[in-house]
Amino acid sequence: MKYVDEFRDPAAARALAARIADEVDPARRYAFMEFCGGHTHALCRFGLEDLLPPNIRMVHGPGCPVCVLPVGRLDLAVELVTSRPEVILATYGDMMRVPGSGGVSLLTAKSRGGDVRMIYSTAQAVELARDNPEREVVLFAIGFETTTPPTAAAVKAADAAGLKNFSVLCNHVLTPAAIDAIMTTGSAESRARLDGFVGPGHVSTIIGAEAYEDAARKWEKPIVISGFEPNDLLNAIHLLVRQTNAGEARVDNAFARAVRPGGNAAAQALCDEVFALRDAFEWRGLGTIPESALKLAPAYEGFDAELKFDLQYASRPDHKACACAEILRGEKTPVECAVFETACAPEHPLGSCMVSPEGACAAYYLYGRFRDAAPRLAAAE
Amino acid sequence: MTSDSNSGQRRLFAKKLDFKRGAIDLTHGAGGKASAQLFEELFRPAFDNASLNRGDDQARIDGAARMVVATDGHVVSPLFFPGGDIGALSVHGTINDVAMAGATPTQMTAGFILEEGFPLADLRRIVQSMAAAAAEAGVEIVAGDTKVVERGKGDGVFITTTGLGVIPDSVETPPGADRARAGDVILVSGTVGDHGVTILSAREALPMSVPFESDTAALHSLVADLLAAAPGVKVLRDPTRGGLATAVNEICRASGVGALLRETSIPIRKTVDAACELLGVDPLYLANEGKLIAVVEASAADAALAALRGHPLGREAAVIGEIVDDPDGFVQMETAFGGKRLVDWLTGDPLPRIC
Repeated sequence: MKYVDEFRDPAAARALAARIADEVDPARRYAFMEFCGGHTHALCRFGLEDLLPPNIRMVHGPGCPVCVLPVGRLDLAVELVTSRPEVILATYGDMMRVPGSGGVSLLTAKSRGGDVRMIYSTAQAVELARDNPEREVVLFAIGFETTTPPTAAAVKAADAAGLKNFSVLCNHVLTPAAIDAIMTTGSAESRARLDGFVGPGHVSTIIGAEAYEDAARKWEKPIVISGFEPNDLLNAIHLLVRQTNAGEARVDNAFARAVRPGGNAAAQALCDEVFALRDAFEWRGLGTIPESALKLAPAYEGFDAELKFDLQYASRPDHKACACAEILRGEKTPVECAVFETACAPEHPLGSCMVSPEGACAAYYLYGRFRDAAPRLAAAE
Repeated sequence: MTSDSNSGQRRLFAKKLDFKRGAIDLTHGAGGKASAQLFEELFRPAFDNASLNRGDDQARIDGAARMVVATDGHVVSPLFFPGGDIGALSVHGTINDVAMAGATPTQMTAGFILEEGFPLADLRRIVQSMAAAAAEAGVEIVAGDTKVVERGKGDGVFITTTGLGVIPDSVETPPGADRARAGDVILVSGTVGDHGVTILSAREALPMSVPFESDTAALHSLVADLLAAAPGVKVLRDPTRGGLATAVNEICRASGVGALLRETSIPIRKTVDAACELLGVDPLYLANEGKLIAVVEASAADAALAALRGHPLGREAAVIGEIVDDPDGFVQMETAFGGKRLVDWLTGDPLPRIC
């Protein structure tokens, strides 16, 4: 498979692993946060942590859009689609099974008669609005900068087609703000232990490598942007070890085949036109972060579902046994959660990190729970 | 650690089925963990008997001269796909379940649920395909039933087949899912994921330009060759819904063991692998309709592999791993990189109505 096989070559992986092993300082420990859930899944699925020296620890970051969406935002969507029969709620599939308050998900809402439709692209949501002029189609828009341009394109398309029955429940969030939040919330010791970041891959194709310069400087941590193939990650970890050893803290772009320094200017311009910065937004695990999310810009306010349906956001608590918040901050690993694999499993999740295909708990459950499951379960019983 | 009443292994289902408020969802038909739970918490205790409790895909009928019976429902969508159709599939699927006991299939019955308005031309095509598949396999379709439901209450045609077979006297101890032991070797008879990817690409929503073809085929002659060369075959399983991953997990659970697979040894067509990568699905969880997994003693592995490869349906057979001791019953896989990962049961349903 061209463009994939090259980055999955086991011989190259072993060579990278040998270089990492050569260069780590055995006298110290390294902790790197891989920002993206996609990175976490690649680490687990390919068993890459087995190739790293024991004094390198990978800390799983908050880069899973489904995971960082707070329960209150999901409740808005559930309440909207169950209270207004004219509404068709269009959502990406990975949101369907995420539990909201009282364990009620969009799937539950659907089984109770709410018209929830799963879409693969935002263009399908616009089509739904065109095909159902008597209904109100609401796009449940979530995601980091990667999925923001498609939402902007949908709004522009609906605008151009004069569709008045299309709107967006906007939950798009910003990556640099999340990195700042990691460095300012949570415990000081867990922050101090962090030596650097494996920087986002897909997000960076949009916002560019330069978008992290501030964070690297401000927090004095190296950030190495990485793709999602095994050798991308090993290469990024190698570069992080090098910077850490040299006491450096700059942005390296190890995903240059996809990421340019300035990112995708056309996508950025589109988003700048359609969206405006929110004053503040609540994140699951990271709390309320100023200027960390987007809403519809004044020129496109007619497409803002929160205004159209007068939706009032209220913060709602996570399930009390769920440790997603600490996990999203990198303070706990999934197996340190008291309900991991017992009350919380992919078939009956308590928290979004167990549902999402990018969630850290799902990655551990699917690929890694054989490592320490037996002693932990024994202790739990 | 908690135990199941029936296995002594770790608990597979953290929560019991909720018979007061719960409802059937698509995962209960996906052949993965939810299907296993429905069987273990509803059907098995309700029908409770020794043949059923063995947990195989077919039952040996006690006191009936080594006779085997299996039944299988077919709801595949679309009805016609490259390499086959629901008719051929309904014959092959049941023959294969019978064959996995080491048996020679002899007769079948077929039940049809037809939807009002279903074109007779399509029905004839399906029935002729069944007849051809049965004739090729040397099996007679000896009884059947037809019911029709109102328009909108079915989806064209659903077919349930039941197959009978006889275990030849040459097979001393028939294969059974509970016979795998540490040190045994796991083989697969060919590439995995072909049927699943074919159905995926045949559906309108996911058009693909690469021609895929279902592997649907009757496996009893392959089984006969295998058993002749390696009479001590301990487990046979056809990895249909839930794929190779789930089938190996089922074997491990029934036998109270774990398994270690080697990623680089598992045969997967390059085109199938590429399509899975694009679609975000794992070929290890996709259905196969013409493949078998065999567990044999290490000393019989070479003979078993040679026998499989000597048959037209087993040319790409491979040794893919081994059975290990593991009180947790985990199926692990050594990745191409020398790391390890879990290969879990299928949870959820990547692809409803695959067969």
